[in-house]
Amino acid sequence: MKIAVCIKRVPDMDLRFSIGAGGKALDPAGLKYDIADFDGYAVEVGLRLVEQQGPGEVTVISVGPAAVQETLRKALGMGADRAIQLAADELPFDGLAIARALAAELKDGGYDLVLFGRMATDSANQTVGPMTAHLMGVPCVTAVSRLDIVAGGGTAERQLEGASETVAFPLPAVVTIDEGVARPRLPSLKGIMAAKKKPLDVRPAQFGEARLTVQSIALPPDRPPGRIVGEGADAVPELVRLLQTEAKVL
Amino acid sequence: MASTFAGVDFYDVDGLLSEEERAVRDMVRAWVDEHLMPVIGEAYIKGEFPRQLIPGMAELGFLGANLPEEYGCAGLNNVAYGLIMQELERGDSGIRSFASVQGALVMYPIYAFGSEEQKKHWLPRLASGKDIGCFGLTEPDYGSNPGGMITTARETKDGWLLNGAKMWITNGSQATVSIIWAKTGAIDDVKSIRGFIVPSSTKGYTAKDQKGKLSLRASDTSEIVLQDCLVPKDAILPKSGGIKSPLMCLTQARYGIAWGGIGAAMACYDEALSYAKNRIMFGKPIGQTQLQQSRLAEMLTEITKAQLLTLQLGRLKDKGTMTPDQVSLAKRNNINMACEAARESRRLLGANGILAEYHSMRHMANLESVYTYEGTHDMHTLILGQAVTGLPAF
Amino acid sequence: MANTFAFAESRGGDLRKVAFEAVSAARQAADATGGGEVHALLIGGPGIGDKAAALGRAGADVVVVVEHAGLARYSPEVFAATAAARLRAGSYRAAFFTASAEGRDLAPRVAAALDVSMASDLTGFAIEGDALVGQHPTHIGKIITTVRLTGTPAVATLRPGAVTVVEAARTPRVEQGAPAMDPAAARVVVTAIGAKGDAQLDLADAPVIVAGGRGLREAANFALVEALAAAFGNAAVGATRAVTDDGWRDPTTQIGQTGRIVSPDLYVAVGISGAVQHLAGMRTSKTIVAINKDKDAPIFKVADYGIVGDLFEIVPRLTDEVRKARAAQ
Repeated sequence: MKIAVCIKRVPDMDLRFSIGAGGKALDPAGLKYDIADFDGYAVEVGLRLVEQQGPGEVTVISVGPAAVQETLRKALGMGADRAIQLAADELPFDGLAIARALAAELKDGGYDLVLFGRMATDSANQTVGPMTAHLMGVPCVTAVSRLDIVAGGGTAERQLEGASETVAFPLPAVVTIDEGVARPRLPSLKGIMAAKKKPLDVRPAQFGEARLTVQSIALPPDRPPGRIVGEGADAVPELVRLLQTEAKVL
Repeated sequence: MASTFAGVDFYDVDGLLSEEERAVRDMVRAWVDEHLMPVIGEAYIKGEFPRQLIPGMAELGFLGANLPEEYGCAGLNNVAYGLIMQELERGDSGIRSFASVQGALVMYPIYAFGSEEQKKHWLPRLASGKDIGCFGLTEPDYGSNPGGMITTARETKDGWLLNGAKMWITNGSQATVSIIWAKTGAIDDVKSIRGFIVPSSTKGYTAKDQKGKLSLRASDTSEIVLQDCLVPKDAILPKSGGIKSPLMCLTQARYGIAWGGIGAAMACYDEALSYAKNRIMFGKPIGQTQLQQSRLAEMLTEITKAQLLTLQLGRLKDKGTMTPDQVSLAKRNNINMACEAARESRRLLGANGILAEYHSMRHMANLESVYTYEGTHDMHTLILGQAVTGLPAF
Repeated sequence: MANTFAFAESRGGDLRKVAFEAVSAARQAADATGGGEVHALLIGGPGIGDKAAALGRAGADVVVVVEHAGLARYSPEVFAATAAARLRAGSYRAAFFTASAEGRDLAPRVAAALDVSMASDLTGFAIEGDALVGQHPTHIGKIITTVRLTGTPAVATLRPGAVTVVEAARTPRVEQGAPAMDPAAARVVVTAIGAKGDAQLDLADAPVIVAGGRGLREAANFALVEALAAAFGNAAVGATRAVTDDGWRDPTTQIGQTGRIVSPDLYVAVGISGAVQHLAGMRTSKTIVAINKDKDAPIFKVADYGIVGDLFEIVPRLTDEVRKARAAQ
């Protein structure tokens, strides 16, 4: 099975963010980076499919500047076989532009399955996976919480509001991975050492025109400070009164 | 996928590490957050080493990580190995002690002094956690003076007959194999000290946990008794000889411990800083008071100094020029500063600081053992004193 | 004067609330650009056309109805091709979908088919000249990114619940349309849709959410949370990552950075400390109540009201008082 996994390098979401000088990007001071959460699940899914249904190969791809090589090597350390960097000094915010670059790389790769995380935790647009699939002309299933692949096809489960959906699809296909499919493994020390020796090819990214851009970013307005109504069960009547009269939610 | 501990790096020490070294550090950091932190508080209180973590540690390659790939090890450089120890001790000194013993005090002597058969047989098993090892050097009456040991090994036609007792042996009660140091010659013949690979199932070998510890509670510390314990001729480590052999092992372990001290200090500093920013008293965070800021500034400074000192030590080790005296300086400094960081953090935390829910007092108690073992602070003081004056003051 | 487009989402033969939100957004956009028509697209099984007129309430002038036996369930390729064909055939300034599970799947396919970029998960928007400018929560809600989208149609998904449906009563013209591809030729096929649990309110729809965390000590104690939710009458039950990881609760009820992002009118956090990754999932709730024994717990920083103490005493008391208060209404 030939599997490609598209991953994005994103800042650690646990850190406190501040707005950078131009007002359009985060202040880079103190930021640490890693594979986006959902993309990590996707890598794990790819690795498990090859382990369980081998033989096969997992290729990881990321778009961006030289720094993404560290992220690609982390995925190689987890067990991916080769990596491709689509090089660009800056990553456009526009999912269609990214999709164009990825589709150009993927379409002649002979991949049975192309995996994405359901969304990148930083830009949160959730568009690159299905757009890439469209440009490749292959079927696409998004946000799967369960995935079963057999020869030539697969079934997946997707979570809807209050319901879950079962979907059948042929291969080759693009699938985007949601929470619940697999927890990503940590790269072993041997894996980290081996990653250095695995192929990492660099090619220029071809975006076309980006028509979704960032105009500005801001911190969300602070919630007004709340208050402790009291201690213990005796505070409950006052809380209920406030919910009724002040917050008006009861 | 990010771990929740962010480390301490005031001088961009990360920028001095290779991508691979950072990747190793990040992975162990994430493992500690995911697997060790959820269980360590309870394990410490119960006085139990969390054995269920061993397979995971082994699979990721933590054991003997700086030994060569041909023996089933990860083949890391010594800075990466040090970073593993740093991150494990950020979790708990007892867990790092386990890894130090297995790697530096069991796998290393087999690697350095063993025959090819011994290496090929034992190293992969120890790396994979199939076998757990311990290092039998210290005796009830011979701690700082290991050369005075009275455990003997007498050559017989059937093998080596070992007699004696060892004490303060980490991993002792759960070890499946022991590296026992014993004198093959007269009781005052230090040069006759040799190393022996002794499976714990050998008749005449017993190990028993020492009870009542108030430090390193999440670690097994045991007594070993050898009573007419007969091991085959080929149990001897052929290239071992004299006190130098076990001391070389200790140098390996002390190197890792120096890194470990940084991890413990980071954990305490991080906890103190977070608490100082969030704990409100008299209408403002306690982090806004001069006395607490002084504590934090001191901890940060000591951690930063130790990071740079120890990184250079690692680079020297990788270059092949590191000396045991250089390791003494780092171990002595780093553990002492970690003890102080833990104590000051404990004080900053106020009453909450005595609870197991917080980490500083556990680190504080643990570090007292680390201050004392692998060469007490005082011994390393005298090692340095002799190194620079040429005059022994032991 | 430009027309705007809205995708009217339905499931099981009924319009979903988000359908009205998309239409209302299209109405606002049309009104702001000279008062063009709002065209809604409604796709479903036979009979879905009966629901078309209702979309007039939110301001639809035209409802294009595509009824087909093979489209009783969502079919991504057919829906996408049909929407794209309609958008190509007309000249629309903007096309609105909502960022529901279906909308997030559908809209990017439509945009790619039209070779236009799209803006996602907007909490607000305006048409400014040749651009659609919108607010999009990014970085797990820690940043609000203002995006600028050019090209026509401007395709956008709106965060469910972000658009207040404004009554605009009109009677729409209903046009019968056809699927732009044969549903039988679809490669991706939805084979089943199963309702979850026993008719419980979903986290996305519930006005009130009661969520429980590690402070409950064991899975069985979630009964306290369920009882409180039942007392509210219109509440769904959520959980933190810690307890779903431990298997106490279904992972689909996990509220947080990699789980569900919710924005109910009232969020009651029971025995939840308030880890960053949990706050990312609920910080935009209108009113937040926290119950925790630790007065320094981070949850109290985002809560509007808090009670410090033993939840095993407080929650039953609160359940009683809420029941009494609702009975008195």
